[in-house]
Parts: sequence; C-alpha cells; structure tokens
Amino acid sequence: MVPRTTFNREMEELSKEITEMANASKTAFERSVQMIADMDFSLREEIRALDKRIYELNEEIDKHCLDIIALHSPVAGDLRLISACLKMVEDLNRFGRYATDIAELIDDFEEGKAFKRFESLRTMSCLVVGIVDDAVYSFLQRDAIKASHLHERDDAVDALYDTIFREILTYMMEDPRKITVGIDLILVARYMERVADHACNIGEYVYHMVTGERLDPKLRTGNVEQPACRIFEHPDPRTELDLK
Amino acid sequence: MTIAIHTEDLHVYFDKNHALKGVSMDIRMNEVTAIIGPSGCGKSTFIRCINRMNDLIPGCSVKGKVMVDGEDINDDDADVVDVRRRIGMVFQKPNPFPKSIYENVAYGPRLHGVAEMVDGKLKRRKHTKAELDEIVEHSLRRAALWEEVKDRLDKSGTSLSGGQQQRLCIARTLAVNPEIILFDEPCSALDPIATAKIEDLLVDLKKDYTVVIVTHSMQQAARISDKTAFFYLGDLIEMGDTKQIFEKPQKELTEQYITGRMG
Repeated sequence: MVPRTTFNREMEELSKEITEMANASKTAFERSVQMIADMDFSLREEIRALDKRIYELNEEIDKHCLDIIALHSPVAGDLRLISACLKMVEDLNRFGRYATDIAELIDDFEEGKAFKRFESLRTMSCLVVGIVDDAVYSFLQRDAIKASHLHERDDAVDALYDTIFREILTYMMEDPRKITVGIDLILVARYMERVADHACNIGEYVYHMVTGERLDPKLRTGNVEQPACRIFEHPDPRTELDLK
Repeated sequence: MTIAIHTEDLHVYFDKNHALKGVSMDIRMNEVTAIIGPSGCGKSTFIRCINRMNDLIPGCSVKGKVMVDGEDINDDDADVVDVRRRIGMVFQKPNPFPKSIYENVAYGPRLHGVAEMVDGKLKRRKHTKAELDEIVEHSLRRAALWEEVKDRLDKSGTSLSGGQQQRLCIARTLAVNPEIILFDEPCSALDPIATAKIEDLLVDLKKDYTVVIVTHSMQQAARISDKTAFFYLGDLIEMGDTKQIFEKPQKELTEQYITGRMG
C-alpha cells in the first residue's frame, strides 16, 4: 500500500482546484483584453461568471490548505506547494477582479475604439497577457526559470504605464471633453499594471515552491525577449488618441 | 560552535548484519540533535555507540572512531563506567528503580562518590547527606519534577505517572553530572501532555548539556531540535539544520521519508 493515501488524495485534489483557478483567472483577464480588441461586449457576462467562480475557488482552496496543514502536517515540497497556493489565490483572485473592472469601465464602442487606437495601451495589454500566461504556465509546469524572469518583463510594463499616464494627461489638458474617456483609459492601464505585479508575485511563489530558495526580484538579469502578442494580431497603425 | 561528539567512519556489525555503514558525523555542543529514519535504519544503534551500550550485546562489533572531548571512547584504556557517567542515556520506556524517588536520584552519585584531590592524588569519598540532598533537589528541579514530588520523596518511583517516571529517569541521569544526554524515543510511551513537558525540558536542558534524541515522530524532531540527521538502511543520508531538512531537504530520499511517501 502506498503510504499516506488520504494525504496524497488531498494534495491531488488541491492541485486540481488551484489549476482550475489559475486557468480561470488567466482566461478572465484575457477575455477582458479580448473584449476591447474585438469590441465584443458580450464577453462581459463570461468575465463576470469567471470572476464569480474564481472567488468561490479562492474560498475553497484557502479552506482546503488550512485543513491539510491541520490534519496532515505537511513538510518540505508539500509545505511549499501549500504555502504557494495560500498566497497565489489572493493574486489570482485579483486577476478576476481587475478583469471585471476593465470589462465594466470600457462600456461603449467609442471607448473601445480609443483604446484600440492607442498603441501604448495595446502594447501594454499584450505584455501583460504574456506575463499572466507565463506566470500561470510556470506554476502548472513547475518552471522556476520562467518564473524568475517575469520581473524583468514587468519593468517594461511599469515604464509603459508612466508613458501612458503622461500621454493621456496631455490629451486631457488639451481637450477637457476627453477627460472622461481619458480617466477610464488611465484606470485600465493602472489595472493592467497591477495585474502584471500580481503575476510577478506568482512567479516569486513558484520559484520558492520549486527550488526552496527565495527569489530576489532586485537581482534581474537584464532584458528578455517579449513574446508575440496573441490578441492584437492586426494593430491599428494610428497612434493618436482619436476620440471622434 | 564546539563539537561535542565526532564520529568517523563508524561501522557496527551484529554478527554478519552490517547495521551501521561508515557514519561520519559532528554533533555540536549545547544543541539538540535529532536522529530520524524508518525502523531498522540504525538510529538507536548509532546513539548506543556514543556511550558504548552496544558492548553489552553479544555478537556486536564496532569499528571506527567515536570522539568525545578529543578522546576515542572505544580505546582499550577508556573507562567505560566514566564514559557512561559523562554520556547519560534515557530510554523509550521509563525504567525507575524499584526504590524511593529520592533513592532513584541519589543512586548514581552514591555509586560514583565525590572525586577530590588529596595530597596531589585523586581520591573518591562518599557524599554527605547534605550533599546528596542538594544533588537530589537540584536534579529534580532541573528535570521539572521537584514541585510535583517534593512532599513524597520517600514514595516509590514506580508509583509516579508515566511522564513523571520519565522525568525521574532524566533527573537520575542529571544527578551524575553528565556532559551529553542521549534520548532513545523518550516520549513514545507518553501521552501528549507528558510529551510536551519532556520536549520543553529537552529544549531547556541544551543550555547546559548536549542532547541527542532518537525519535520516530518527525514533528517532534522539527519542534525541538537544532540539527536533524536522517538515517536509512545503516547510512547517514543527510544531516543539516532542522529547518533546512524540513523545508528543503537536499536529498530525494530525505524528502520522500519526511513527506511520508517512503518508510
């Protein structure tokens, strides 16, 4: 008989739950970007449903982890997985919340068009989708190398956010009629920047879970290649914030 | 930190059975070192080498060095009685003598006497009653038992509860002023409350003594030890800081054992 059958079953169950949550969170965020890219506002319902499921899974996983700690006293790799799960659920939950926030902010066709035409925002959304994708992948594949490089890509997102903020501020100062849409777009950029931060947190947990070592995000190795964008396949050539 | 016990290429055979296969280990002074591993891995055999308890087993032969304070305790001229005084041992099952509580603790000091220099020569004399009273009280206090038994020191040691009996055995060991105390699964016959008291005591004792404990409870090892050594089939697989062993073991075999997937 394999030792600790019940414990092994509980750990497998936990792995399934966290995998479902990671995939749901990633999908919710991708859908929010997709909704803007395709002007497909019907995706909003799917995003809300995913966010609801993400919240439920957050509660279930949190409880499940505490049950396993209380009843089975996990150590070593098992303990690191549970520790990672307990922290990851908070970040994954934020993916769902920000996806819903983005879906609710961009609520008309004109705002969607403005977003699409604003190249910095498009670039940023591509970067963040890539980071989220790799954060979830690194967890599912236990890939410490990939997890350790997420911070470097987050630097590019942070720089873009600063650029976007300044650009939109300029447009709003030039034309007060653009203030409403401008603030919405700044908020979208801010949510995406936060999503990238949460994805980097996941990278840190994954790195510790796999290697047992703490990742120092300050020790970055330099620039890394950004993967191609999967969502904006045909970017709009115009770069100006065109609100007409 | 100073090394209290150093073993080098230590082998133990029980007739043809090779029970310990070249164990080299340093045990540091004033620390609790836990020895873990599945049944039959050589944990108890190892600690019994540290105070030559294996000498008493027919067919047992020990090869390699066990250095305590720079002296090999297996040397032909080593004083076995003195080795066992300096390196005390507490066993799995409490084994008080069928005597009073007082006599249980006073027995060792009475046997060894007091070493004194008289005219440049080392001589032994008997303890006075006052000296013995002081040793008994000090040892029982150090074993966290004094308050529970001070009014009934003349009662039989066997009348105490299991946990109290085990602390009496610890007091008996402390009474002869050892440097090192070996514990061979000291809590396996005790309930959780008695176990917690012994665990607190072990952590407290390390201030004055070097403590080595064999335990089947990995949680116990994790709770009380500074260093943990994992044995498997007579080999020392891994030794390190307890936190490191339980959070990030270096060897796959250690991880499999402590996570319960092997053994």
